[in-house]
Amino acid sequence: MAEKGRAVLVGKHFMQGDIACAEGAIAAGCRFFAGYPITPATEIAERMARRLPEVGGVYVQMEDELASIAAVIGASYAGVKSMTATSGPGFSLMVENIGLAFMTEAPCVIVNVMRGGPSTGQPTKPGQQDVMQAKWGSHGDYEMIALAPSSVQEIFDLTIEAFNLSETYRTPVVVLADETVGHMRERVTIPEVDGIRVVNRKKPRVSPGEYAPFRPDEDLVPPMACFGEGYRFYATGLTHDESGHPSTSSAEAQQKLVQRLCDKIRKNADKIVKTERTMLEDAEVAVVAYGITSRSALSAVRKAREAGIKAGLLRLVTLWPFPDQQVSQVAKKVDAIVVLEMNYGQIVREVERAAKETPVIFLSKLGEETHKPAEILQTIRRACR
Amino acid sequence: MSEELHPFETFLRREMIPHIWCDGCGNGIILNCYVRVLKDLDIDLNKVVTVSGIGCIGRLSGYTNTDSYHTTHGRAIAFATGVKLAKPELNVVVISGDGDLFAIGGNHFIHAARRNADIKVICANNFNYGMTGGQYGPTTPLDAWTTTTPYGNFEHPFNLVHLAVASGAVYVARWTTLHVRRLTESIKKALQKEGFSFIEVITPCPEIYGRRNKMRTGIDMMNWFRKASEIRHQSDPAEAEITPDRIVIGEFVDIEKPSFGRLLREMTAKVQEKIMGGK
Repeated sequence: MAEKGRAVLVGKHFMQGDIACAEGAIAAGCRFFAGYPITPATEIAERMARRLPEVGGVYVQMEDELASIAAVIGASYAGVKSMTATSGPGFSLMVENIGLAFMTEAPCVIVNVMRGGPSTGQPTKPGQQDVMQAKWGSHGDYEMIALAPSSVQEIFDLTIEAFNLSETYRTPVVVLADETVGHMRERVTIPEVDGIRVVNRKKPRVSPGEYAPFRPDEDLVPPMACFGEGYRFYATGLTHDESGHPSTSSAEAQQKLVQRLCDKIRKNADKIVKTERTMLEDAEVAVVAYGITSRSALSAVRKAREAGIKAGLLRLVTLWPFPDQQVSQVAKKVDAIVVLEMNYGQIVREVERAAKETPVIFLSKLGEETHKPAEILQTIRRACR
Repeated sequence: MSEELHPFETFLRREMIPHIWCDGCGNGIILNCYVRVLKDLDIDLNKVVTVSGIGCIGRLSGYTNTDSYHTTHGRAIAFATGVKLAKPELNVVVISGDGDLFAIGGNHFIHAARRNADIKVICANNFNYGMTGGQYGPTTPLDAWTTTTPYGNFEHPFNLVHLAVASGAVYVARWTTLHVRRLTESIKKALQKEGFSFIEVITPCPEIYGRRNKMRTGIDMMNWFRKASEIRHQSDPAEAEITPDRIVIGEFVDIEKPSFGRLLREMTAKVQEKIMGGK
């Protein structure tokens, strides 16, 4: 194969979502993958095992997900862009160390190809049940960035974006895909290398003697030295000051650190958040959806328009930080909002909060496949009444 | 008159000291032996990464003036594996406790040894969870008293050196903090060796463990080590169970086996060669 060994497989492909995710990661500069097999994310690991050696990277299959995320953080601290991919049960095992990645500001990407839960649930069926877990799964206050692809093309694009955000803000980023997006095959266009934006973490601009590993710039993000570069710094999951020294009983240190870690995401939410608006200008009913669900939603909105109902779609590309402003703007203009999720009510709570007085109707789907356009249309009709 | 510096001044992070360890604790001896090795081997300190988990000895990574990282409980070895694979030129050393490495982190230990990850693991075995006030753990001897074995311990403990050998480690040794010179030599050997090396260091914990077990001071505990220790190099690790009367110490295994990193890099080179040749 002529394309073997290239980091960016420029051109048009018919590709599975999980494979496109792996290719997006490699295109973004990922050269380390540590993981553990799990349906429906295994194909990402398999692709990485084949592809990373071709581009000089490292694939390692760890003994469990606890080890996988720990190795990813280690590789990130050694200066290599790193990721892991899993599904609900594995993500549950990873959450403690996702907190560590947040606390020690280790850029890394965690892909969660969501299946049905709780527990072992339905491994081969799609779900969107880990949305709140991605936000709140680890203990303590933190701000997660989570992106929800709705197509094979988008899982490629958003995996690159996930790396860019993680490097920009020195923080873990979650790609919240679902089984359908992970397993379906669609056309993907991979652009030329110089058409792909790749961001690398800020490096220190001071000498080792002056370097404080957790002293932020104005954007609240500290430049990152890596192991072996001569800075000889210390990082700990304990509350620490700017020089990295533990500060386990100072209220001031706790306040300063936790606020900054959260604020570096909160205050940059405008730059991070992405949504997609379709037919919302004159809409009277808005559907809010994300991931694979948004594809059915789009079809239903079109059908509604054909039937003379002014419906529109707000697709959430970024789930966390939650697109508050985008949802409130829509809520102010419509009579009702319909929220679709393959869970028993998660993002709908955020929508209700942002929508304030505007009525919100929730259409849940558990197991089986994603929502059918006909049942969404029915709910849109109900919302019109 | 100029200030006289401690010989290990450049190896320690002065601003982090005083340390948190109790009187009579052996962790300082382990730190001393470790930095002495760094000094003796004249290793570039910029190429050393010291990793530790949670527990009293976990603070050691903060005291050493290398790149260092204090992980979550039990995950030091997994983190270190990632570091070493990502940047093979670094010397990666894990120094952590028996609870951290063998209870919550036990799975990572056996698998890192099995795949022969090129990292060095030094375990401070103090027979209990010291930092949380002295609960029993995977190495607590039978009949010992801890806060969670108020009627005496009836769980069988791990024999760490046996576990390490069975799991595939290429270098396995056990010493006590009384055997400073031998321990130092052992760490030196481990650092120069390719593959997964493991050194168990029996260390006194008089404040938390000893005083509940008729050894009130560090000296009492060191006396036990002195009386019970028997140096038996290359002896059968299966028969090296620690009992009140006998602590078998020495080098149990010292073999050659290609490390995981080496095999991985060889595979990668082959893959790349094939691609180049195919074009």
